[in-house]
Amino acid sequence: MPKRTDIQSVLVIGSGPIVIGQAAEFDYSGTQACRVLKAEGLRVILVNSNPATIMTDPEIADATYVEPITPEFVEKIIAKERPDTLLPTLGGQTALNTAISMHEQGVLEKYGVELIGANVEAINKGEDRDLFKGVVEAVRAKIGHGESARSVICHSMDDVIQGVETLGGYPVVVRPSFTMGGAGSGFAHDEEELRRIAGQGLTLSPTTEVLLEESILGWKEYELELMRDKHDNVVVVCSIENFDPMGVHTGDSITVAPSMTLTDREYQRLRDIGIAIIREVGVDTGGCNIQFAVNPDDGRIIVIEMNPRVSRSSALASKATGFPIAKIAAKLAVGYTLDEIPNDITEKTPASFEPTLDYVVVKAPRFAFEKFPSADSTLTTTMKSVGEAMAIGRNFTEALQKALRSLEKKGSQFTFVGEPGDKAELLAEAVRPTDGRINSVMQAIRAGATPEEVFDATKIDPWFVDQLFLIKEIADELAAADKLDPELLAEAKRHGFSDVQIGEIRGLREDVVREVRHALGVRPVYKTVDTCAAEFAAKTPYFYSSYDEETEVAPREKPAVIILGSGPNRIGQGIEFDYSCVHASFALSDAGYETVMVNCNPETVSTDYDTSDRLYFEPLTLEDVLEIVHAETLAGPIAGVIVQLGGQTPLGLSQALKDNGVPVVGTPPEAIHAAEDRGAFGQVLAEAGLPAPKHGTATTFAGAKAIADEIGYPVLVRPSYVLGGRGMEIVYDETRLASYIEESTEISPSRPVLVDRFLDDAIEIDVDALYDGHELYLGGVMEHIEEAGIHSGDSACALPPITLGGFDIKRLRASTEAIAKGVGVRGLINIQFAMAGDILYVLEANPRASRTVPFTSKATAVPLAKAAARISLGATVAELRAEGLLPAVGDGGELPLDAPISVKEAVMPWSRFRDIHGRGVDTILGPEMRSTGEVMGIDSVFGTAYAKSQAGAYGPLPTKGRAFISVANRDKRSMIFPARELVAHGFELLATSGTAEVLKRNGINATVVRKQSEGEGPNGEKTIVQLIHEGEVDLIVNTPYGTGGRLDGYDIRTAAVARSVPCLTTVQALAAAVQGIDALNHGDVGVRSLQEHAEHLTAARD
Amino acid sequence: MTTSIQGTASQRRKAAPAVLVLEDGRTFRGRAYGAVGVTFGEAVFSTGMTGYQETLTDPSYHRQVVVMTAPHVGNTGVNDDDPESKRIWVAGYVVRDPARVPSNWRSRRSLDEELVQQGVVGISGIDTRALTRHLRERGAMRVGIFSGNALPDAGTMLAEVRQAPEMKGASLYEEVATKETYVVPAIGPDGEAVPIGAAKYTVAAVDLGIKGMTPHRMAERGIEVHVLPATASVEDIYAVEPDGVFFSNGPGDPAKAEHPVSVMRAVLERKTPLFGICFGNQILGRALGFGTYKLKYGHRGINQPVQDRTTGKVEVTAHNHGFAVDAPLDKVSETPYGRAEVSHVCLNDQVVEGLQLLDRPAFSVQYHPEAAAGPHDAAYLFDRFVELMEGQRA
Repeated sequence: MPKRTDIQSVLVIGSGPIVIGQAAEFDYSGTQACRVLKAEGLRVILVNSNPATIMTDPEIADATYVEPITPEFVEKIIAKERPDTLLPTLGGQTALNTAISMHEQGVLEKYGVELIGANVEAINKGEDRDLFKGVVEAVRAKIGHGESARSVICHSMDDVIQGVETLGGYPVVVRPSFTMGGAGSGFAHDEEELRRIAGQGLTLSPTTEVLLEESILGWKEYELELMRDKHDNVVVVCSIENFDPMGVHTGDSITVAPSMTLTDREYQRLRDIGIAIIREVGVDTGGCNIQFAVNPDDGRIIVIEMNPRVSRSSALASKATGFPIAKIAAKLAVGYTLDEIPNDITEKTPASFEPTLDYVVVKAPRFAFEKFPSADSTLTTTMKSVGEAMAIGRNFTEALQKALRSLEKKGSQFTFVGEPGDKAELLAEAVRPTDGRINSVMQAIRAGATPEEVFDATKIDPWFVDQLFLIKEIADELAAADKLDPELLAEAKRHGFSDVQIGEIRGLREDVVREVRHALGVRPVYKTVDTCAAEFAAKTPYFYSSYDEETEVAPREKPAVIILGSGPNRIGQGIEFDYSCVHASFALSDAGYETVMVNCNPETVSTDYDTSDRLYFEPLTLEDVLEIVHAETLAGPIAGVIVQLGGQTPLGLSQALKDNGVPVVGTPPEAIHAAEDRGAFGQVLAEAGLPAPKHGTATTFAGAKAIADEIGYPVLVRPSYVLGGRGMEIVYDETRLASYIEESTEISPSRPVLVDRFLDDAIEIDVDALYDGHELYLGGVMEHIEEAGIHSGDSACALPPITLGGFDIKRLRASTEAIAKGVGVRGLINIQFAMAGDILYVLEANPRASRTVPFTSKATAVPLAKAAARISLGATVAELRAEGLLPAVGDGGELPLDAPISVKEAVMPWSRFRDIHGRGVDTILGPEMRSTGEVMGIDSVFGTAYAKSQAGAYGPLPTKGRAFISVANRDKRSMIFPARELVAHGFELLATSGTAEVLKRNGINATVVRKQSEGEGPNGEKTIVQLIHEGEVDLIVNTPYGTGGRLDGYDIRTAAVARSVPCLTTVQALAAAVQGIDALNHGDVGVRSLQEHAEHLTAARD
Repeated sequence: MTTSIQGTASQRRKAAPAVLVLEDGRTFRGRAYGAVGVTFGEAVFSTGMTGYQETLTDPSYHRQVVVMTAPHVGNTGVNDDDPESKRIWVAGYVVRDPARVPSNWRSRRSLDEELVQQGVVGISGIDTRALTRHLRERGAMRVGIFSGNALPDAGTMLAEVRQAPEMKGASLYEEVATKETYVVPAIGPDGEAVPIGAAKYTVAAVDLGIKGMTPHRMAERGIEVHVLPATASVEDIYAVEPDGVFFSNGPGDPAKAEHPVSVMRAVLERKTPLFGICFGNQILGRALGFGTYKLKYGHRGINQPVQDRTTGKVEVTAHNHGFAVDAPLDKVSETPYGRAEVSHVCLNDQVVEGLQLLDRPAFSVQYHPEAAAGPHDAAYLFDRFVELMEGQRA
């Protein structure tokens, strides 16, 4: 039964901004699906507010709406496009919830849109805890296996407290219904914890529902990825076993595929249950993910949950097996059956089979607790990781060690030197699951812990524990050996030891180990991920390294370009860099090169085997990259290696690669140094006559004080060697400077502190540009909404700039060209400027693709990363203009006056983190980046574009109601006009006494409310925090100042996060919001596709 | 937790050297696994990621050296419930990374111990993927594993491998089948054994290398199974007054199975409901007059897509066969027992995976619906067998 002929168009909903629990994997899935649907001849209409995605590239869909994913906006798109069908299963929980809500509101019926890929009943059965329990019971009645954990559904705190008795006491698990990534769930060991977790869970759940469950902490945890077609054919694509037992969210666990510790009987039982569930739930076509817990003592199986959609795990399973779940789900949704779809990898066999692996896959999570020092780092059932790395090896130890080094984080690799510490302390530490627990376990083993002790502390399966012992034994052998003989070296490599680790153990430099290894002929071979354990020949060159005998890398004739990806997503280096790498691959392929991608992030489009001609799923360390370059050199000519597009990860390898004779193309390592080294960059600026804020370095308080006294407060201070704004702070006075120096453990004579003049009230400007050595192409100029001092990644910005004139652009262009030339850029450069008074200061320059490249590309309809890749390989701006890759005339600095305004807004992960007392973490923005993702709002005027960006990021701005205002003294002047506007729009203002007084004197009435510190009034007058919690406040404006007033603000801001009330923490954001509210209140806000915007822009350019 | 039986990494690395030699001369060097010694057989690869205990004890692997494509083997140890027969049948075992510590609540001992105890010679630490690719490209072939501290020279080893018997033309089923008849009682709805003679159906199962799960799947459906030796005569079969007759899986070349073929023809004559699995399917093919042939490298795994041509549905199935029936896929064939058609086909390579007679109550499949190891998708075939027996009564 082939494709349905009654469908001509399909609306695909994306997942919106990258947030914890819903990340780049949905770009991978959505991109695959859109491409497949388009290839099937359907008109594909896409909505996704996230500009950093490949799926929102104009060529992926026929009509691409970068608009907020809210029922309101999606209805506008439906009304305009009138799609036949809606595919809601590829955009995570966001898409599913939006689709369900539109179904419930009758929108789908009204416009005659058919839901495909999942029906509402199945979605509800899979997602609603109570209904799903019924499903599991029905399955048990049919096949005799599977049960749910004992549980009770609660709709109020009273239900919750009573529920604990029903379950037989603490600990219990709290799971709110219909939230993504397990948001709001957790373990409660006593009533206090229970009240807190369940209270938040009831709020977070759109149905005010939480489930209370018996604890199955410490059980083995498994996942199955299944697919079903309309003929009821079902296959299990992959089994995944969690290294960390039950109690840690699977997104935060180290996970392994295939399952390692199940007999066939036990595995088949999980499979039987899984198949019975997908049938019972009624997922007609598509994929689902089912999680199980297995009691290690007797094998009792509990079904934890299912996701009736493509998920993070399905993306991982696709990468782990070579079976593209999203792509096949899309085909099934339009009528194909599994046996009609060929297996891409073998081309000859059908997709109606179950992949079998002859390798082991390990995924390890990447956390960002260092960005949230007050957050509790204990891992729970709420996901907290911001990214992940996957590694493939021919055995578990190899895959595990590769995964750990792929994390690219200090201390993530096992270390075998130095004192391990006290065994008992280490074991006690390992009881609590945290980021890096596996390293504590390894140290405990080094300190003499027995396998039994490790198991008792962690409940990690004894087989896995033994594998850790195996690694440790090999480390011991390496340490004890007289010399590195080939046999021992090969054995160490077969268990995943890196040259760095071996060097550390032997007291040798990494390059010396490598030299010895090469001399002894110990080098990796590359094996293929082929879905079938070599039973059939693979047509897709998807490789991983192993220290085996036979390599499968085929010779080639075309010159290859190797593109180094960006590794695991982390705050500051996310999907935006993957976007640039993918674009490079596409552009270079079009230009006649063979493209070779290297990356270890399973969530991404770059690691789709369809993206490049060859894919190496490998860590991005010097060793791993050098071996790949070697293997590809043997295969055929290499045109170059691109390090510029994957962010800091590959950029950091640039010099070492060049030193090893690797042909790095694009901006040379020396130029990178010129931009990154403070002294060298200062030289570049001086030669170009460009000002930078005054600065100095100091190693003591006295030194720092002297600098600060000279350049004047406030100053921006930071440790000298960190990246991404770590430990950066704006210091307003000497007292704080003293305590900063005292608190910072990272400052010493060898690690000075940098003290910069902080430009108060400056406008920050971001520029993305291309330079070919002769000509500059200004990609775009972004004006930040928030003032300088807030990390550019966390700041909203507008493109074209909303308050800069032609003269400013001219200055920016000249400065950018001078820097690009002075540094020696060949490709992309990103420069941050600050405009203070009339002086344009240069803050920093990054000679690489920046986070804003996808945003700039979409806002100006010019593919900057593609152009950069071509320039790296020798093309000029003039040539690219002639070719049509760049506009024939003009650039991103001179957009027509009627060009649309694009606003980028950052999305923050506040709601994910709590401190050890269970209180929220503070939400103020600062010089350290903490956002996980971004959205774009695009419209003809700034106000509407800003309102869209807010709707996309945090939910719609309120158009009426109550606004609470409390600002720092320095902001009180700037607050008056926006406050007046709010009143004009019918808002009732609430304020604390100080702010209310200022407003009153300016003729604006505001109701005084009590501060949290004042407590409830004598007549029961509520504090602002109480009012927020009770849902009495619709908009919050709260700007912090230094350390004073901070505590009060903290409670307000965390309450806002808990209740999801829009909270503006800068006056600039307030001013922009007022423009947005104004736009929303004045007439209809429309939707327009990127293709329409581009057409308009191109027409205006011509 | 069980303590390490295999010793430390260093002890393991110092295990006796072992060499695997293929008849075309390709050689892999690794370490001894299981018993130390010499063994020969046909090199075949199995792609299942679970179920090594079932694989090792499947009589169809008699005289074969099995290469596991899954790298980790032995993780769940050995228990006393999962074996498919009373002993390990594989002639040799090839794995990449054997477990040092078994971990499973049902585990009784380590796989290594079990292999040593049963004298099974194995090799570990070789590039099993390279070996698998070699067998895929060149076809299944003879192989020898030599382990120990005093290995013969390369030429001697190769010569020995080339002297070993080939699988084509080998008659092996008698070597693995039971010598005495035994009865597997039916299982009642209460989960208890039904007294002998009181079951709803009786089946005579001809043992050509039967796996333990097969009579169990029948017993679960109320069938009392009389498992007869491979040499059983037609009279022996009808002496148990069967409602149906079953022909099992088994090793070797079906072209050398004259006796079972003639017995099956007699059963077809009498129109007794008949069901065959694997070797039993090849016997039915030959009984109907079709040919059988050796596949290049066979089907061995638990992920094979088979389409039931009567319903169009695809089932994921367990396979272990090196031979197949040569029957036309696109038409109904006339046979001495009426019309026959191919009921099941493997979607990977269009190999015949099932036959059924349209005029008599007989059918068979080339794969393993009893599925141990493997998925349970094809268990419905046992229900079909029951329906045939039920239909014959009505």
